[in-house]
Amino acid sequence: MDEALSAPVLALEGIRRSFGPVEVLHGVDLALRPGRVHALIGENGAGKSTTMKIMAGYQPASAGRLLVGGEEVRFKTMAEAEARGVVMIHQEFNLAEHLTVEQNLFLGRELKRGILLDKAAMRRRTRELLARLDRPLDPDLPVARLSNSDKQMLEIAKALSREARVLIMDEPTAVLTLAETAVLMEQIRALRAAGTAILFTSHKLDEVKALADDLTIMRDGAVVYSGSAEALSPHDMAEAMVGREMSDLFPPKPSLDPAAPLALSVRGLEVPGHASGISFDLRKGEILGVAGLIGAGRTETFEGLCGLRPAHGEIRLFGESVRFRAPSEALAQGVAYLTEDRKTRGLLLAKGMRENLTLQALRKFARILVDRRAEERALDRAVREFDIRAGSRGMLVGNLSGGNQQKLLFAKTLLSEPRVLIADEPTRGVDIGAKQQIYALLRELAAQGLAVVVISSEMQELIGLADRILVMRQGRILGEVAGAEMTEEAVVRYAMGVARHVRPGEIRSEETA
Amino acid sequence: MTAPLPASSPTPAAFAPRRRISMTVVGPILALILLAALGAWLNPNFLSAANITNVLARSAFIGIIAVGMTFVITAGGLDLSVGSMAAFIAGLMIMVMNAALPSMGVGIPIVLLGMGAALLAGLLAGLLNGLLITKLGIEAFIVTLGSMGIYRSLVTWLADGGTLSLDFQLRSFYQPIYYGGIFGVSWPIVVFGLVAILGEIVMRSTVFGRWCAAIGSNEQVAKYSSVKVARVRLATYVMLGLLVGLAVIMYVPRLGSASASTGLLWELEAIAAVIIGGTLLKGGFGRVWGTVVGVLILSLIGNILNLTDLVSPYLNGAIQGLIIVLAVILQREGKSGA
Repeated sequence: MDEALSAPVLALEGIRRSFGPVEVLHGVDLALRPGRVHALIGENGAGKSTTMKIMAGYQPASAGRLLVGGEEVRFKTMAEAEARGVVMIHQEFNLAEHLTVEQNLFLGRELKRGILLDKAAMRRRTRELLARLDRPLDPDLPVARLSNSDKQMLEIAKALSREARVLIMDEPTAVLTLAETAVLMEQIRALRAAGTAILFTSHKLDEVKALADDLTIMRDGAVVYSGSAEALSPHDMAEAMVGREMSDLFPPKPSLDPAAPLALSVRGLEVPGHASGISFDLRKGEILGVAGLIGAGRTETFEGLCGLRPAHGEIRLFGESVRFRAPSEALAQGVAYLTEDRKTRGLLLAKGMRENLTLQALRKFARILVDRRAEERALDRAVREFDIRAGSRGMLVGNLSGGNQQKLLFAKTLLSEPRVLIADEPTRGVDIGAKQQIYALLRELAAQGLAVVVISSEMQELIGLADRILVMRQGRILGEVAGAEMTEEAVVRYAMGVARHVRPGEIRSEETA
Repeated sequence: MTAPLPASSPTPAAFAPRRRISMTVVGPILALILLAALGAWLNPNFLSAANITNVLARSAFIGIIAVGMTFVITAGGLDLSVGSMAAFIAGLMIMVMNAALPSMGVGIPIVLLGMGAALLAGLLAGLLNGLLITKLGIEAFIVTLGSMGIYRSLVTWLADGGTLSLDFQLRSFYQPIYYGGIFGVSWPIVVFGLVAILGEIVMRSTVFGRWCAAIGSNEQVAKYSSVKVARVRLATYVMLGLLVGLAVIMYVPRLGSASASTGLLWELEAIAAVIIGGTLLKGGFGRVWGTVVGVLILSLIGNILNLTDLVSPYLNGAIQGLIIVLAVILQREGKSGA
């Protein structure tokens, strides 16, 4: 690596930030250089978000210096930061869903001719920008109809149109498929080549390894590593993040009792428009993984199974034939679904932890009136057993970190004491420490006799955690791998459809992965 | 079956629940006290038993409806039809009682028949609104805007553009329901009080109340938490319809008539009372006691303007409007400060 590095385009020096009496950043130093990709990693709550927000002008620093091109600045608003070429892209996109690609791109800075909009010019500029990103989207398409990766591209195009010198991306790949991630990585590399300084955060350490030149690791509001990304292996990164030796991420797999009763037996489940011919068995105490690309119909299949969307087929629960028309019916029989989308489907972000915890099992806390004290006791227990860390008890759930939200979601789902748990992306957006806790929890629950389905897009997670893996593609189960067969290669072959007959053209779009 | 998670670090010490006095709680009460003090200062008659009874009894109709509206709004819905619905049910009730008069004569049975008809009509009207909203998935605003027009037009048609009047003898017999009372408290006030207390308990401490707030807060989360979203939402509209029927039962004996102008703008007053009381218009949080305070604030304003000649009573609407906007501004500040 060239040690004669160019001068930083943006630098933090001894940045501190306090919320009331609590200091959350204790003197952070960080330098972004043009033409380099900088990864910022750390557990949830380590201070990554606050650091990024200070860089992009969303929050002021309490102390310390912020330098842009060597000159000290104080951003009062994000607009001031943008004027200096510092643009942040949020994990939840800041796009107006009903407006078109072009309208979003120029939102707030519309080109005009006289008092009227100059639509032709904006459309032309839109095409140019998107062509630069190698993503020729129709400027007139409403954003609501774009895929997540296209929305990401649009956000990047927006940043480019603002002549960003520094691009800050908060977990850009969290909602992307493997193929989409690959495209994004190419774009990031192209931006780097064009001299943009890029900072991104991710919980996927292999991505960090693949993409980053420089690396900053934070823990508890302080920088614990700052240097080249090449020097550390993903394992070293994880240890630096959690600040202790990482034992195995995954709990050991016990040998399954072959005589364990069948908890769930599904034959020919059809979810119109999403999945068909779904058949599988799940034993008590088993963890069944479900792999597949995003869009393979995994979530829809299991939502159909739980009565969350229309479906038909033969379902046997502990030998009994059942049919769930609504999630309440599934829950009454002990089948619980833990959603992949905790922010819009799993938790009431504007409510406290108590209301969220007991929402699903509320009847257990009420005869006629809800017993608030029993709820408080349940919350005490959940906080203790699931290691939920909240600043205060009255805190709104929306202010908890992702990992703590996910633990609360687990506590909520398990409060109704299911016999079968379907966990959809149980560790999405969760840091590695919380991941390890969740894996241990799932294995422990299985050991206690729960039958568990884990749907995941992270191959390593399924291989490390599950006893067996079903691979879905285009709404069908294409294969099953177990035991020594459970390798990434085997799963990918099924997921890509290579292990079966292949129609030409069908795969090409996904082969980029 | 909650397995303890292996803690990666010691859990923070159990945090104590804390309460903070917020402007959204104190605001409406403070406003009510200030208004009462202002009224007493401007006119000594304000605090007389007769005036207070008058204010409360007149608030009762809107109040009973507003309690139901609190649940609808908390669950993320809206009902614009309640004023017209009240007029239509009042007309229907009068026609039923008049029609039954020759065969049943004046007496308790015919009054019970009329009450039954009012409640049944309220239930059906609420059911209709609710089914259109939950089963067909039409926006509550549109559905109830439509039914508002339909009921208003139906009552005008039934009254042939004029007034539907209860038979004179029946009216005299039925009047004590409005003018009479128990322990010196008139019936509308008693009923309003009971509805408010029950409503507060249901909202605060029952599964139904919690579910309403959950649905209004985020319908998807409620659905994924096995809450029967459509059924709960339907129940809020049915309950509101029933309460409109109940309000009509209290209202008909007051004038003994119904016309095209009966219950005019009641829906707006009810919604305003709910919002002044601190319930979020977009749903997710509601409190019945706040609604009661809101109803009282609105009727006190009218009453004070009538009792004093400081400001023309014609400006009643303007002042009420001002209060509504102020209430919402205060709520927002309370929120950002919390």
